[in-house]
Amino acid sequence: MQRIGVFVCHCGSNIAATVDVEKVVEIIRQEPGVVHAEDYQYMCSEVGQAKIADAIHEKGLTGIVVCSCSPRMHETTFRKAAERAGLNPYMVEIANIREHCSWIHKDVEEATKKAVILARAAIAKVNLNAPLKPGESRVTKRALIIGGGIAGIQTALDIADAGYEVDIVEKTPSIGGRMSQLDKTFPTLDCSACILTPKMVEASAHEKITIYTYSEVEKVTGFVGDFTVDIRKKARSVDMDKCTGCGVCQEKCPSKKAPSEFNRGLSNRSAIYTPFAQAIPNVPVIDREHCLKFQKGKCGVCAKVCQAGAIDYEQKDEIVTEKYGAIVVATGFDVIKLDNYDEYAYSQSKDVITSLELERIMNAAGPTKGHLERLSDGKAPREMVFIQCVGSRCADDRGKSYCSKICCMYTAKHAMLIRDKYPDVNVTVFYIDVRTPGKNFDEFYRRAVEDFGVNYIKGQVGKVAPQPNGRLLVQASDLLDNRQIKMEADMVVLAAAIEPNPDVRKIATMLTASIDTNNFLTEAHAKLRPVESPTAGVFLSGVCQGPKDIPETVAQAGAAAVKAIGLLAKDKLLTNPCTAHSDELLCNGCSTCANVCPYGAITYEVRQVNDHGIREDRRLAVVNEALCQGCGACTVACPSGAMDLKGFSNRQILAEVDAICQ
Amino acid sequence: MQELIKRAKELLADGTVVRVLGWKAGDLPYNPEPAYFAKDTDFADFVYNGFCGANLSKYMIEASKMEGKTLVFLKPCDTYSFNQLLKEHRVEREKAYIIGVGCKGKLDIEKIKALGIKGIQSISGAELTDEAETLTVQTLYGEKTCAYKDAMLERCHVCKGKEHKIYDELLLTSRDTTDADRFAEVARIEGLSPEEKFAFFQKELGKCIRCNACRNVCPACSCRKCVFDSNKFDSSQKANADSFEEKMFHIIRAFHVAGRCTDCGECSRVCPQGIPLHLFNRKFIKDIDEFYGEYQAGEDVDADAPLTSFTFEDVEPSVVSTRS
Repeated sequence: MQRIGVFVCHCGSNIAATVDVEKVVEIIRQEPGVVHAEDYQYMCSEVGQAKIADAIHEKGLTGIVVCSCSPRMHETTFRKAAERAGLNPYMVEIANIREHCSWIHKDVEEATKKAVILARAAIAKVNLNAPLKPGESRVTKRALIIGGGIAGIQTALDIADAGYEVDIVEKTPSIGGRMSQLDKTFPTLDCSACILTPKMVEASAHEKITIYTYSEVEKVTGFVGDFTVDIRKKARSVDMDKCTGCGVCQEKCPSKKAPSEFNRGLSNRSAIYTPFAQAIPNVPVIDREHCLKFQKGKCGVCAKVCQAGAIDYEQKDEIVTEKYGAIVVATGFDVIKLDNYDEYAYSQSKDVITSLELERIMNAAGPTKGHLERLSDGKAPREMVFIQCVGSRCADDRGKSYCSKICCMYTAKHAMLIRDKYPDVNVTVFYIDVRTPGKNFDEFYRRAVEDFGVNYIKGQVGKVAPQPNGRLLVQASDLLDNRQIKMEADMVVLAAAIEPNPDVRKIATMLTASIDTNNFLTEAHAKLRPVESPTAGVFLSGVCQGPKDIPETVAQAGAAAVKAIGLLAKDKLLTNPCTAHSDELLCNGCSTCANVCPYGAITYEVRQVNDHGIREDRRLAVVNEALCQGCGACTVACPSGAMDLKGFSNRQILAEVDAICQ
Repeated sequence: MQELIKRAKELLADGTVVRVLGWKAGDLPYNPEPAYFAKDTDFADFVYNGFCGANLSKYMIEASKMEGKTLVFLKPCDTYSFNQLLKEHRVEREKAYIIGVGCKGKLDIEKIKALGIKGIQSISGAELTDEAETLTVQTLYGEKTCAYKDAMLERCHVCKGKEHKIYDELLLTSRDTTDADRFAEVARIEGLSPEEKFAFFQKELGKCIRCNACRNVCPACSCRKCVFDSNKFDSSQKANADSFEEKMFHIIRAFHVAGRCTDCGECSRVCPQGIPLHLFNRKFIKDIDEFYGEYQAGEDVDADAPLTSFTFEDVEPSVVSTRS
């Protein structure tokens, strides 16, 4: 029997306002095995921790139960306190009476009853706890960045500058990401390419950075400090070592009908292409879907004109396997599809466009060479309408519940730039709210209104209808004037909501990193660990974690880099001692556990066992403790109950259930 | 039957196998039992008829540990069980010489009794070679007949097919017996209200006498040490604690064999209380089919099992929890 001490925390009023902590102490004191029980205002404070240490010394405690907040908050605190007082840290259990009890209940009597039950479950478990000792694992001093946009580039540069090897894996043929598609950036109106391309060049030239473009992460195994990743280098059909980037192949390619991804489908590109002029690497890829050679078997023009002999139609996908200590996800975003917003006539009129399409139209390298014109007839617009929050802040499931955060600012930017360049164009913006917190942001918006005469109307647009005269009828309401508006516009620009890159689901699954209902990756703690995933060794950079603009993305990218550097700087990590092990007398050798193990930690060997006097050779599961992460998948899959997890044994969990169901 | 005996003796004689796993006559005309045969004289009471429902694949776990090869007779449905055991490394392929035997549906003595046929002395028409569609039963009260089909086990009405999934050679031909929807009864129970469902299981499982016949016959229940027999787990003691005992035993058993059960139907066949235990397993099979696509355990040794493999197309947990 353990000598157990129970410590009940008030957490100020967080717990004590709903749970009668003194009563909990009084009841728990009577439990078998409990030799000490007390409550205190802040158990996590120095004084609170000292109380635990004193009780360990004075009462000879062998097990500790702290009734407090979630173990994710302070389990480490209390384990360390116990360790300092000479107790094995794994003899400490937390009963979560805050998140699981006081915060979610109102009735004091009921909540108190539940707190007692949760404490009893923890006592039942600690009765069966055994001291555990962590092992050590090595750290591979190399980081993987998934995504080569501004977030990924910045994180890579920061990690590489600290002296560690970094690999960037980018799905498209060039790094640069969304930012490369933007024309100007708020609030200073620098040209996006002018500030991005130096970073791209720097990353490309950095001796510590390896860039895999046109590549995807295919498989991830391992764990913090020791990930093994398969990267699929898709067949480029162009030899990267031979290609000089002269561009003749793209000029001569007869297949020029492929929609340009870079220009959002507003112009066409050749089948062999680099996405944009400043692409890095400046090596084209052949889009086999549109290539005549691949589709029809004849052509081969690019191979004929290539002086370097770089074209290789036979090239195949290649798998590169590399080890990493840290992985940073920087998969970015896309704008939502507008299928659910047919009232804005996006699919009916070429003159209804998204803001990202407007970026391309305004850009000198875009489909109209930077001239603002209607895509339907090439005429200059006189009346432009911007509609905010298309799919953002949506109450139903048509769109997204969240604010996309960047739209207010880029709309102000577009409105201002248009008024500046084309003073004869009237610009009207329909908005729900204008949200411009941020350094020099509100000043920027006010300049659009006050200095550039942009007409802001609070109210949502109900319908955009193409008219026989080629213009667009916009029906809206002005909430401040309480009147209905009907106006004709030449172009309508939709501030479509942004959403995480759809690939992130697959990547999150491979990394066992969690994502929220909107497919944004979840942080380890929303406030205190915002750039770390709950999965150790996985960090978050940029919009994959939540909507943000370029300055915020760059700041977060740096933060993610620092966290990754903090990990890579270590030579060894302490491993979780809560690993699985198999009872050789119960093991059937059926391989079920090996099939479900996500870490490849289980192998089989034939070994002689002595089963109560019967000696025979049996096929048995063996757990590699260095690889096991203690997820417990094997223990529930094992039909015979041979697999068990240290610190979370079947017995301990059943004891908790029993204590709750008493 | 004679073909089987002849072939078995040949294989023993030429040293291919050292023993034969088959069925021998029981003390009644309708209760043959699994048995080993090694000498010529052993075959005197060898039988193979409509009452040989017993699935011999589980016995191959022990036979795999013995010296030399064992000849085992497997009906088409039994081969699924053998494959599943092979997949789980419980039997050794090279220790088995498999003769796939034909089957025309196996008989359920309880169904014959339920037709009012009692005091049975002998039964004819149950041999595979008998073309007759009727069984002729000599009873204390005179000769009685019944249609073969009416006396068949439930599992044979939803037969998985005549094809043997693994064998070294085949003997005798099988007959199509499928004439019912395998999941009809499961679907009916799914349609019941929670109260009705509870009442149904209460009534059926309340009959259980914990004889463990279902567990002992089940090819999937082949753990070296069952959790209900091991003092390492609290489940054994807990199982005796209250009136929920039988339900927990059967529910835990159903979970343990989920994804591995081939639906051989042995559990229901051997239950002395006539509990339709296969319904639990079939419910799991139906759910697995719906969530992960159709899967038949034991059909293919190398196929990924849906519950122990992962694909990106796997159903999301939220889908499971929100279905009706």
